[in-house]
Amino acid sequence: MIGIPSTFKISFRALRVNKMRSSLTMLGIIIGVGAVITMLAVGTGASARISQQIASVGSNLIIVLPGSTTSGGIRTGFGSQPTLTKDDADAIEKECPAVAAVAPNLNGTAQIVFGNQNWSTAVYGTAASFLEVRDWPLHSGRNFTEQDVRSATKVCLLGQTVQDNLFGSMDPVGQIIRIKKLPFLVIGILERKGQSPMGQDQDDVIFIPVTTAQKKIFGTAFPGMVRTIMVKAKSTQDLDAAEQQIIALLRQRHHIGPKADSDFSTRNLTQMMQVAEQSTKVMTLLLGAIASVSLLVGGIGIMNIMLVSVTERTREIGIRMAVGAKTMDIRLQFIIEALSLSLIGGLMGIIIGISGSKLLSILAGWSTIVSPLSVLLAFGFSGLVGIFFGFYPAYKASLLNPIDALHYE
Amino acid sequence: MALIETRNLNKIYALGDEGVHALVDVSVTVEDGEFVAIMGPSGSGKSTFMNVIGCLDEPTSGQYLLEGIDIGKLNRNELAEIRNKKIGFVFQGFNLLPRTSAIENVELPMLYNGTAPAERRRQAIASLKALGLEGREHHHPNQLSGGQQQRVAIARALVNRAPLILADEPTGNLDTKTSIEIMELLVRLNDESGITILLVTHEPDIATYSKRTVRFLDGKIISDELVKKT
Repeated sequence: MIGIPSTFKISFRALRVNKMRSSLTMLGIIIGVGAVITMLAVGTGASARISQQIASVGSNLIIVLPGSTTSGGIRTGFGSQPTLTKDDADAIEKECPAVAAVAPNLNGTAQIVFGNQNWSTAVYGTAASFLEVRDWPLHSGRNFTEQDVRSATKVCLLGQTVQDNLFGSMDPVGQIIRIKKLPFLVIGILERKGQSPMGQDQDDVIFIPVTTAQKKIFGTAFPGMVRTIMVKAKSTQDLDAAEQQIIALLRQRHHIGPKADSDFSTRNLTQMMQVAEQSTKVMTLLLGAIASVSLLVGGIGIMNIMLVSVTERTREIGIRMAVGAKTMDIRLQFIIEALSLSLIGGLMGIIIGISGSKLLSILAGWSTIVSPLSVLLAFGFSGLVGIFFGFYPAYKASLLNPIDALHYE
Repeated sequence: MALIETRNLNKIYALGDEGVHALVDVSVTVEDGEFVAIMGPSGSGKSTFMNVIGCLDEPTSGQYLLEGIDIGKLNRNELAEIRNKKIGFVFQGFNLLPRTSAIENVELPMLYNGTAPAERRRQAIASLKALGLEGREHHHPNQLSGGQQQRVAIARALVNRAPLILADEPTGNLDTKTSIEIMELLVRLNDESGITILLVTHEPDIATYSKRTVRFLDGKIISDELVKKT
């Protein structure tokens, strides 16, 4: 039996002899592997972005919105009629066992002034538990306390965007800003969170105690009114239970009969995000599958060229057989030749794929992630394609009759 | 034990309704160290006979023993091994691998019997040197003259120390002067190394270099006589 290194040497020589043909054949594999890697990078990038956004919203999150109410036969949409109160939020925290933390929320837009700078931003009135609900760590300073909420003190936490716009590089903690002309003490700065899944800047925000918002900034239609309630379930498994418990509790608190519609609704954000994540995974698979087709076509190109090559080199095969090449020697020679084509093509495809992904993220601004697994997958697949499509021509070559092959013109 | 012994070899090619009877009951014995010329017009069966002796083709019936081995009982790979170890081929068209250096052409048989690369190189260099091709090791066939190409082919045939060389019209593509050189080379190999040579030719001049002449006609041996040396 002939050794593998010698066979590789023979194959490389054969490929060198027909440089143009070899490179064109490889091009099929290069494009295939490059496409697979780029497509998977786009898909992986998209789903990584979504995962990141899910994490930025907070995990295991349920949002309770005030509901559609019917007045005079006209049904209004969700959130149009305030029905939730801070007491609802407190009750959820106390009475629902599957709930970890609750933050009521009363928000609006307000003009903020510091020194000669001013900025319009979203102001959220909420509770001290808010940071836990949103998985949002403090960058510096301190969170407000239960005491702050109870006594409606004028303290606030700033998002990074607000800090950038009002203070620049100055440390805002301990400074006084004015929200709707009222002075507030800045007690803390939040970590940067980036964009929400809907594309909003989550850092363009100020948090104040919910009571302060109710009494001093926005006012309320009725005492204790809040716009939404954010609830964090104890775990992903507890999400459904928490949602059921909240619905049961609030229906009871709002005196809603068994057949009547709820005057509030709940949204399970995490689940929505998971669906979005799932769909990008499907998209990634789909992109990969489509790209694999081009790899397959490249493989057929290899088979085509190898068949031509076997016919062209019939006499060479005859000479090799005459001096003692066995069936396997001939078979190996042509399989390794096909394999060399596909593997060299694969290596170049990896380079093309990685640079293509980089180029896409630069030119189109898509986030792309080239995972080592996708590179390995594409390369391995190209090798398989080489063996698979090289086998038939090699098999055909090995079955040639030595005399016919020797006298082939 | 004879080197080659055939008993009632028949070869029928399926061609048309009747088929072509290329070999008819050919029984011949060649001893170790003989130099036999096989002669006959084209279509006489001499090439078919050589193909069978070279283990490239199988007879339809009959028995062929090479060094006592019954070739008919061997499979494709065992035949390849016999060709590798026992037989060196020299063809009319040289049959060297194109775009491949002389030395790599000579190494080719050793590639298929597991000789280590360094040893292959060493033996190929020695073999080329013995045939006066020193300095031509890295020439490709198209850079060599016909005589040189044929000598590379002979070096390839000798490199595995095969006891038998089958030369099929080895001078057919060469001019007279080069033909004489190649024939003298074969005679010397036969005389000095005791290598058995079977030579197919249709030129009586070339046949005179051999020690025994076997004539074929219509698939049968019609004469088998020793060459009288003058």
